Amino acid sequence: MAHNSPYLTKASSVQSVMLRVVLALIPGIVAYVWFFGPAVLIQLGLASFTAIAAEALVLKLRKRPIWRFVSDGSALVTAWLIALSFPPLGPWWLIVVGTLVAIIVAKHLYGGLGQNPFNPAMVAFALMIVAYPLLMSRWPNVATSINFQQACELIFGASTMDAITSATPLDTLRTALHGADASTTIQTVLAKTPRLGHGWDWIAGGYLLGGLYLLQQRIITWHLPTAFLLSMALLAGVSNQLDPAHFNGVAFELLSGGTLLAAFFIVTDPVSSCTTPRGKLIFAAGVGLMTWVIRHFGGYPDGIAFAVLLMNVAAPLIDMYTQPPVFGQKSDMKPKHD
Amino acid sequence: MTTPLRSLFDFNGGVKPDYHKDASTRLSIGVLSAPTEVPTELVIPLHQSIGGTPRPIVAVGEQVKKGQRIGDADGDVSSAVHASTSGTVSAIEMRRMPHPSGLSSLCVVLETDGRDEWIACQAFDHKLATPQEIRDYLRDCGVVGLGGAVFPTHLKLNADRQGGIETLIINGAECEPYITCDDMLMRERANDIVRGVVLMREILGAKQVRIGIEDNKPEAIAAMQVAVGDCGDDLQVVVVPTRYPAGGAKQLIRVITGIEVPHGKRSIDYDVQCFNVATALAIYEAIGLGRPLISRIVTVAGNVDAPRNFDVLIGTPIKKIIAACSPLPDTNRLIMGGPMMGVEMPGDEVPVVKATNCILLGSNKIFPPPAPEMPCIRCGECALACPADLQPLELYWFSRAKIFGKAQEYHLFDCIECGCCSYVCPSNIPLVDYYRFAKSEIWAREKEKSLADEARDRFEFRQFRDVRDEQEKSARLAARAAAAAAAKQLATTDTVAIPNTEASTEANEKAALIAAAIARAREQQVTATPQNMQQLSAEQLAEISAIEARRAEIREQAKPHLPPDA
Amino acid sequence: MFEAILVMSVGAIVLGAALGYAAVKFRVEGDPLVEKIDAILPQTQCGQCSFPGCKPYAQAIARGEAEINQCPPGGEDGIRKLADLLGREFKPLSAEHGIEKPKAVAVIDEQTCIGCTLCIQACPVDAIVGAAKQMHTIIAEQCTGCELCLPPCPVDCITMETLHETVETWKWKYPVVTLHPAANLQ
Repeated sequence: MAHNSPYLTKASSVQSVMLRVVLALIPGIVAYVWFFGPAVLIQLGLASFTAIAAEALVLKLRKRPIWRFVSDGSALVTAWLIALSFPPLGPWWLIVVGTLVAIIVAKHLYGGLGQNPFNPAMVAFALMIVAYPLLMSRWPNVATSINFQQACELIFGASTMDAITSATPLDTLRTALHGADASTTIQTVLAKTPRLGHGWDWIAGGYLLGGLYLLQQRIITWHLPTAFLLSMALLAGVSNQLDPAHFNGVAFELLSGGTLLAAFFIVTDPVSSCTTPRGKLIFAAGVGLMTWVIRHFGGYPDGIAFAVLLMNVAAPLIDMYTQPPVFGQKSDMKPKHD
Repeated sequence: MTTPLRSLFDFNGGVKPDYHKDASTRLSIGVLSAPTEVPTELVIPLHQSIGGTPRPIVAVGEQVKKGQRIGDADGDVSSAVHASTSGTVSAIEMRRMPHPSGLSSLCVVLETDGRDEWIACQAFDHKLATPQEIRDYLRDCGVVGLGGAVFPTHLKLNADRQGGIETLIINGAECEPYITCDDMLMRERANDIVRGVVLMREILGAKQVRIGIEDNKPEAIAAMQVAVGDCGDDLQVVVVPTRYPAGGAKQLIRVITGIEVPHGKRSIDYDVQCFNVATALAIYEAIGLGRPLISRIVTVAGNVDAPRNFDVLIGTPIKKIIAACSPLPDTNRLIMGGPMMGVEMPGDEVPVVKATNCILLGSNKIFPPPAPEMPCIRCGECALACPADLQPLELYWFSRAKIFGKAQEYHLFDCIECGCCSYVCPSNIPLVDYYRFAKSEIWAREKEKSLADEARDRFEFRQFRDVRDEQEKSARLAARAAAAAAAKQLATTDTVAIPNTEASTEANEKAALIAAAIARAREQQVTATPQNMQQLSAEQLAEISAIEARRAEIREQAKPHLPPDA
Repeated sequence: MFEAILVMSVGAIVLGAALGYAAVKFRVEGDPLVEKIDAILPQTQCGQCSFPGCKPYAQAIARGEAEINQCPPGGEDGIRKLADLLGREFKPLSAEHGIEKPKAVAVIDEQTCIGCTLCIQACPVDAIVGAAKQMHTIIAEQCTGCELCLPPCPVDCITMETLHETVETWKWKYPVVTLHPAANLQ
């Protein structure tokens, strides 16, 4: 191909972007392992292997350069996001099926890298939680520490996990609040389970750290995480003020579930979210609103996946209506003469 | 006088590539003076500025002097071209242009005589001249913007504006990597530049003058500040932060005045006018010294052993200046302009033109071939880098899919093709190529459409006229028939030849007339020598006879189709 | 049961009324079809389609009396556009109407021209200037390349010259997408 100007290029590639995203996930993973044992590492390995194998297979079927696209790292990012959003002690096939859906259906059936209208990891999560709601809501109990061997047995089906799993803080709350006893409040639940949420806030901290790294690397801009977290905080703050018995406080809302993972790694997926500055704000605020609504009024404990997918649908439209003014078209620029 | 503490403005986007400017600024501006270096043949393209192509006003074989006008501006949006040295016009023919297409265009080829003899140069008194006279003078001096856009300068030096303009900006930013021609010009000829700036200020009646220079050129800044201090006028040297493309006219206007000039508007609408430093010098030379624009400073850089700037006569084949810089053997491309916006040259015999600010030699080491293109991941880096505040990723999508209407809606034509988006793209997408493609496709289609519309109008008018003529003719015939009938009644005996209305007779008559005309034309061709051929030089006669021979050939071919007895 | 039917019927009536109102209120007066077809045709006015000009051909297409593949100057591109506009199947250019040629303009050999005015009468867009017994010439910018002036010329002094690309008309090419060839490195 004739190579025209510019002849200079900045040393950056899709691969380096993706690998830095993977790198940014590591603090969160360290905290995850610290509090919930090495099970998540097995899930990460399973998801990565499945994702790369599926990617290579589909690329071969689509007659695309296999190595170039497998090595871009995008499948790895999807795999890791799936592993981190799925329950760590879920059976092996749960994450394998989820990853296959993400790579084959959500990514390649739509045209592969850069073409997917929906966030692949969130498609996987949404599909699996609809199909296997029970398996998808069993999370390890913080109090129990699980070693590598136990984790293997649980994941590969040698033993059952009922004894050592419990719901996530969000799930516990929603089960309690939506239970038969109308007098239950957040306070009574928290009184019963004082360590609720412990560990999750450290993991959230790890994600925050990774997110700040991505901001510093200019891989993501401030718009998406800020608007997402602000809208969540605002909704939580107002609702908590109005009805503290049934609505979580700001801190709980932001630190529980995958809020921070979503804020820095899922909402910020460039392919399926908005690209204009104003569009990003609207998109992320919309995800925040939907998440909060689903958490409190919907049928699932955490609504991030559905919220992201819903806003993915709207992203092109938002982009279209939020095109920034081009050079010289800002309203304060009027010619002195005509 | 010196840089005042005044706040500058910022433009969005931009990039900071490696500048590579040091190498070519170590040596002073060179001149091709050694006998082997001096070109024996200059190829001066007639079309060297935006606008109409000048008409050649010299004949083959004519002796010309340095600075003699050889091409006359075609209309107001055009600019004259001149002989860059003295010599003989050896041909006026199509030669390959310094253009990525590699296509040819009409050039005056000059065989140099080595005497470098100037025409009589006379300074121009702009104070006594009317604005129109100043414009005509500059147009005839061939002064165009030397920053690269080669827009005719006389169109921007509008002196008849009431009350003058607010700000005159002199662009010495020179933001593109490798290029140092303006830098060296400011270092070495600051006084002449300032004289040109003062002239422009007087013509434009500018209230303030700002000379913008990027802060990576301390020597040029210092030289200009000294020159400004000496000139006694209150010009200001403004040091602007180094960031590509701060030297784009719109970006520099933005940085210095805060004004954003949108696409489709001229800076003069905002009371600002911007000229390149080299243009200022050209204006000084034209007005102050009476010399037309016949040379310019060209940087030779990149894959050469001794990068340097040269003062080059327009029309010099680029291989001459490249040879003076010892090019390295692995050179694989010649670029005119910088690495961000330059265009590849079809060969090294193409001439230096007024737009040639830099000849950049490339190799796989300096400019590695791009990594394979990946799909766009909509990361938005391009939008952050775009100095025109566009969304390059959307433009890419529409251009690639050839949805040109949408691309225009997303302001494709605001794109200045600076290359920042391609530079930052992690997917290595040749974004600017897509925009260039889309733009030229849209232009071509618009031109095609306007031609089609014109053809439709002309066709429809013709049909209307045919019908009208038919009606008028039948009315006339009816009237005549009536008159004839009346005449017949009056005098039945001497019948006048009433025009026969039957078509066949008319056609026969016409055919006879045509046959007679063909016969006459043949006779004339054999015998007559046109009067205008009596006082011609031998060469011209030779050329005419060559043309006649070609025509005879055509006539031979046409013969079988001619009516046998005509 | 009855309630449900009632609710649905009322809904249907209300929505139908709203749609009907919108259709009347926001009616968009589109270009008549003939204009749209005519806008696609190249306006060469050459008559190769067997109609006397582009407009009559456009009218014939609109009436369904002519195929969309009878216009050689419009070429394949033009046929595709017509097919898109009319929702008809694409067809290759009909051979009996001619072949697609690069754009050309007519040039009169002024030495041979006898000033008969026959070509002036034939030119559909009045792009030839001249008068009886005076040399004729063609205004190149306005010549559509229809070739209608060639047959009437008694001395065959008109030739068609193909327009070549110049620096001014040169176009940047579509960047080659290097995604498809599968460079399998494994």
